[in-house]
Amino acid sequence: MEWIQQLVNGISLGSIYALIALGYTMVYGIIKLINFAHGDVFMIGSFIGFYAIAKWELGFFPALLLAMAVCAIFGVVIERIAYKRLRNATRIAALITAIGVSLLIEYTTIFFRGAQPAAYPEVIKNKSFDVFGVQISSTSILILTVAIVLMILLQFIVHKTKIGKAMRAVSHDADAARLMGINVDNTISATFAIGSALAGAAGVIFGVYYTKIDPLMGVIPGVKAFIAAVLGGIGIIPGAMVGGMLLGVVESLVSALGFSLWRDAAAFVILILILIFRPSGIFGKNTREKV
Amino acid sequence: MKKSKFFWGYAVLALVIYAVIQVLISTNILDMYYQNMLITMCINIMLAVSLHIVIGITGQFSIGHAGFLAVGAYISAIITTKLMLPFPLAIFLGALAAAVAGLIVGIPTLRLKGDYLAIATLGFAEIIRIVFLNTDYVGGAAGMQVKYLSNWTYAFVGVVLTILVISNFTNSRHGRACISIREDEIAADAMGINTTYYKVVAFAIGSFFAGLAGAIFAHNFYIIQPTTFGFLKSFDILIYVVLGGLGSLSGSVIAAIFLTVISAYLANFPETRMIIYSLVLIVVMLYRPTGLMGTKEFTDLFKFGKKGGTK
Repeated sequence: MEWIQQLVNGISLGSIYALIALGYTMVYGIIKLINFAHGDVFMIGSFIGFYAIAKWELGFFPALLLAMAVCAIFGVVIERIAYKRLRNATRIAALITAIGVSLLIEYTTIFFRGAQPAAYPEVIKNKSFDVFGVQISSTSILILTVAIVLMILLQFIVHKTKIGKAMRAVSHDADAARLMGINVDNTISATFAIGSALAGAAGVIFGVYYTKIDPLMGVIPGVKAFIAAVLGGIGIIPGAMVGGMLLGVVESLVSALGFSLWRDAAAFVILILILIFRPSGIFGKNTREKV
Repeated sequence: MKKSKFFWGYAVLALVIYAVIQVLISTNILDMYYQNMLITMCINIMLAVSLHIVIGITGQFSIGHAGFLAVGAYISAIITTKLMLPFPLAIFLGALAAAVAGLIVGIPTLRLKGDYLAIATLGFAEIIRIVFLNTDYVGGAAGMQVKYLSNWTYAFVGVVLTILVISNFTNSRHGRACISIREDEIAADAMGINTTYYKVVAFAIGSFFAGLAGAIFAHNFYIIQPTTFGFLKSFDILIYVVLGGLGSLSGSVIAAIFLTVISAYLANFPETRMIIYSLVLIVVMLYRPTGLMGTKEFTDLFKFGKKGGTK
């Protein structure tokens, strides 16, 4: 039963990683940029949720929606100011800019509110349900429900709407999409908006689950979500979900075996192994390099 | 043979700089605060130049340099503090251990390109840090006590050695091979250059000198902790190289000196320092993506149109 318990914990944690990973994977799929600032959008979302619940006394769902909306705008602003000029720049320049934006967000937040952590308010009564001898807390159920609903919503947007079709077209071939009359800039902005909104939602549920947030909290989940995206095959949406869940479960199992201090190392070992043996990820296809 | 003409000039210049500052230190005009700043400056120059050979010359985007710094720092600290061996030996062994770590990291990861390499090196640096964090022999999270053994002489010799080796490497046949990999890896490969070999060599040399810097770094403070060697330290080093110019040795040196002075004055406002750093990073990348000096060297500024344009 202990193992199933860990599995449940792992899936809760994994669904947070998966939500962040979706943003990475969408942005990478469309402009081939590792958006390092994505983890910090997650942090901003968490803080918006915190202020909404603790200071303005909104409920959980209004706070979640507010955080998603603010993060969506924030993501678009980052894209327009920092990344738009770099569409044709070298990969290194884009990556360094992303690192710069990430540091800027973190330290501007620290500058305005200090580096001390904040305690997240309790949004729902913490009850535990006993399912076949496994304790499942109500927070875990909430997290999982929110994550699954958002993922279904995302699948719907990507596959059934016009903007989703445009996104798929741009990620396939931006120049051809432009020739077909798709507004590439707007499509990229929409991708950033959707990805950032998901990160914002992940921030709020992270706060609810771990009850402690601070301005540098985005760094490690950000990198882990990236690992999750690579694990599933970067640029592939179902891959990000599976990668996130898998990473969450592996981390929980490593903790359960008594190596909780090595948890972060396990994630990086997975990353390096996958990069070496299957760089296109679990769901990826091998592509030939063009000269 | 234009290099040999300048070599003695640089040697004299280095000796003069060393002598002047040594005199200032022994006559106590430079107090402990400034001495410490000078040593920090030397460490940062070594780190910047050692990363320059990986990013600037070979074009391999590694953002895990703090990991090799950590290896050099910890191994040398173990040798002096636990094994009671002399400091110069500790510096050498620390650097050697970092080079070995560079080989271990480099051989599998350097097959990756661009963003993936960046993330993989970041991951390796974190793994190195977590290993030290979980090793009780070196104090774990609490850190390790280290003797104060660094001084201006060690730091300066380290800088001279680093610059000498790396600039000679860059101007050698091997260095030109590395530059060709930076410019176009596939074309270099097609011309018969063993790209993996040169990338690993450059990576190992870079790690060696990062380890050297780490040894001097460890013995300049009374304690070393795993938290010192996190992402932020790697990004700090990256900023020196990027600001100075991707491919300019003198640019890296100048940026390291400049940013060390700035961060010393902003030491009481760490948030402001990081905000300024990140803004500089973004603005430089948006408006001058090759860094302030590009691939030019400082000495190029004095050669007005002697050999035509740079391209």
